[in-house]
Amino acid sequence: MKTYQLPEVRIERDKDRCINCGVCVRQCAFNAHKFDEDGEVYSEDEKCVACQRCVSLCPTNALYIKDNAPFVKDNANWTAETQKYIWKQAETGGVLLTGMGNPKPYPIYWDHLVLNASQVTNPSIDPLREPMELRTYLGSKPDHIEIEMVNGEPVLRTKIAPQIMLKTPILFSAMSYGAISYNACEALGRAATELGTFWNTGEGGLHRNLYKYAPNTIVQVASGRFGVHSEYLDAAAAIEIKIGQGAKPGIGGHLPGEKVGPAVSETRMIPVGSDALSPAPHHDIYSIEDLSQLIFSLKEATEYTKPISVKISAVHNVAAIASGIARAGADIIAIDGFRGGTGAAPTMIRDNVGIPIELAIAAVDARLREEGIRNRASIIAAGGFRNSGDVIKAIALGADAVYLGTAALVAMGCHVCQKCYTGKCNWGIATQNPYLEKRLNPDIAAERLYNLVRGWSHEISEMLGGMGINAIESLRGNRLHLRAVGLSREEMDVLGVQVAGSPMA
Amino acid sequence: MITIDAKGLPYRELNEKVREAVAGGETEIKLANVNGQRYIADAIDSPVQITIEGVPGNDLGAFMNGPTVIVHANGQDHIANTMNEGKIVVHGDAGDVLGYGMRGGKLFIKGDVGYRVGIHMKEYKDKVPVIVIGGTARDFFGEYMAGGTLILLGLDTGNNDSDQIAGNYFATGMHGGVIYVRGKLEDYQLGKEVAVLEVDDSDRQTIEKYVTEFAGDLGLDADDILKDEFIKIKAVSHRPYGNLYAY
Ligand code: SF4
Ligand code: SF4
Repeated sequence: MKTYQLPEVRIERDKDRCINCGVCVRQCAFNAHKFDEDGEVYSEDEKCVACQRCVSLCPTNALYIKDNAPFVKDNANWTAETQKYIWKQAETGGVLLTGMGNPKPYPIYWDHLVLNASQVTNPSIDPLREPMELRTYLGSKPDHIEIEMVNGEPVLRTKIAPQIMLKTPILFSAMSYGAISYNACEALGRAATELGTFWNTGEGGLHRNLYKYAPNTIVQVASGRFGVHSEYLDAAAAIEIKIGQGAKPGIGGHLPGEKVGPAVSETRMIPVGSDALSPAPHHDIYSIEDLSQLIFSLKEATEYTKPISVKISAVHNVAAIASGIARAGADIIAIDGFRGGTGAAPTMIRDNVGIPIELAIAAVDARLREEGIRNRASIIAAGGFRNSGDVIKAIALGADAVYLGTAALVAMGCHVCQKCYTGKCNWGIATQNPYLEKRLNPDIAAERLYNLVRGWSHEISEMLGGMGINAIESLRGNRLHLRAVGLSREEMDVLGVQVAGSPMA
Repeated sequence: MITIDAKGLPYRELNEKVREAVAGGETEIKLANVNGQRYIADAIDSPVQITIEGVPGNDLGAFMNGPTVIVHANGQDHIANTMNEGKIVVHGDAGDVLGYGMRGGKLFIKGDVGYRVGIHMKEYKDKVPVIVIGGTARDFFGEYMAGGTLILLGLDTGNNDSDQIAGNYFATGMHGGVIYVRGKLEDYQLGKEVAVLEVDDSDRQTIEKYVTEFAGDLGLDADDILKDEFIKIKAVSHRPYGNLYAY
């Protein structure tokens, strides 16, 4: 069938610069660059996914990938994108599939919230020379503590539930081995270890060779139960039950068979080349009581030595659900907003289901406080955190820490082309193809991740110091330090913030 | 061999005692007066034998990795959840979602079972989990199955009033492993992703091996069970949803 789809980009090659070296031909797994019969390079626009790999590697800067948005006659409704989707489905009869997070121009509330700073009445702190504490403990905190004086020394009598300690309130999000490459997992594990924080296996199990990063690893137990066994649970620092993911709330996952090679097959215990199916629900969880059963099953399995997290996507009733999760015995609640990334999701679900993480954090924090149970579970927020400003605002809204997924991939080289589900990631990240995977050097990728989090942590320290605060704990849920610009009364009510210009009291 | 009296013990205390006994080198443990305590033998790593008198609660043998557990009563839901190694034998009926995501070891239920039994079982090389059900099963038997062996015998040993050997949506989403049924299934009962095949010699051997072990453990007559015809259910594709998407 002849396709009516138009090329999304135009590949421009500056013939004065091109030396016909063929780097682009070798680099493009989508076969957008080719040699013709005479050995001259040429390009096929319609194959390009705009991952910018060839542009980055072209030794003479001869390539440009340009937007090829077609002219749509006088129409804000039937845009080029809507037409493209219809053609695609008319040609295949399939469900539209995509990768990464919701790209639609929904409001980004971070950009409507501004932070406070000290002037005159409260001195700011300079974190370069004065103590500044970003250390964060995740886990259930007691309702009260009992301290006894023994020989003039205070001794803590209350038994504290297991905690994980982060040197900075930033973790790497769940990304499974299978969705991302072995080298990408290795880089995340190494960077988390060096940073004194944690990475998360996602639902694909933990490759044998990565057990060395186990002390800095959160392992996931998802509906497919891939790679879950007692050694995996024992090795981990914490265990996360994955209920949902911001990019695709309410549905399961299909890791396409193209990405299930021998090593993924071994780690997941499924046949090579088969789709890895994750059911939409865990079939042993149909209620909060059942969730509690699995939480305590995992606590029993690990003898109550590690915190159990429950990850959900941010949906309309998120506050009540989070309250149920805290009451079910979870030590950590991870909430993934609708801009959260994915290796593969149906486009319509990614773009239309779920709510922004900003509103979800505020709603959950407020609800747990109202019910007097905020101490029972820590909150990790996820879903499209772009910079340290977003992170610190999330903490002021009530999160304990933040998961980075997409930002971590971008640090490693991802250019957000959204083609992760094809398995052809030219950056060696979302692929299991050995030829492509080699492109991601885990040493360099780990260093890039380390640098990113180091930079963000410095920025957070600076902003905290500017507010006259010397510990991240003192900012948590302290919404007086946030003000709204350009939001409606209702939005400010949910966020629990005042309009900019209103006084501190 | 030691006996632990479970009467009145909350599950956490009971399971601590079991773990202590295992750590102390016990190889045979009897649990008396069990009455719904959950998580018995959860994630235990050694090949200890645990005999249970009374009805154990949900998640019996979850993440279990080696023990043999014998239940002289009915079982409840989620037995052998994500189990890795070992064996569980239940001398009665059991509930829903048994052997969910099971990775290895054996689960034998003498009587009838509920919904979604043997779903999402896996296998890798010679690590192949096996479930044998003596009685009948409800809907979604073997759903999403990615590996392992499920055998459904339909013996009149349970107290289920259903005269069908299995419910509907049988093996829906199956993409690996094999199911053997002693009896017939109607087309409407089967998931779209599977086909019914005749058993060959190697299937026969597999069935004989496991049914003999099952009958031995539960005091049944294997020859009598094996007299009847079996059918084989397998996935038609490794990728049941491969053409669902517009790439
Ligand atoms: S897909 Fe990537 S590597 Fe291929 S032509 Fe487009 S930008 Fe270049
Ligand atoms: S991980 Fe790779 S395939 Fe996915 S968006 Fe990034 S560059 Fe594209």
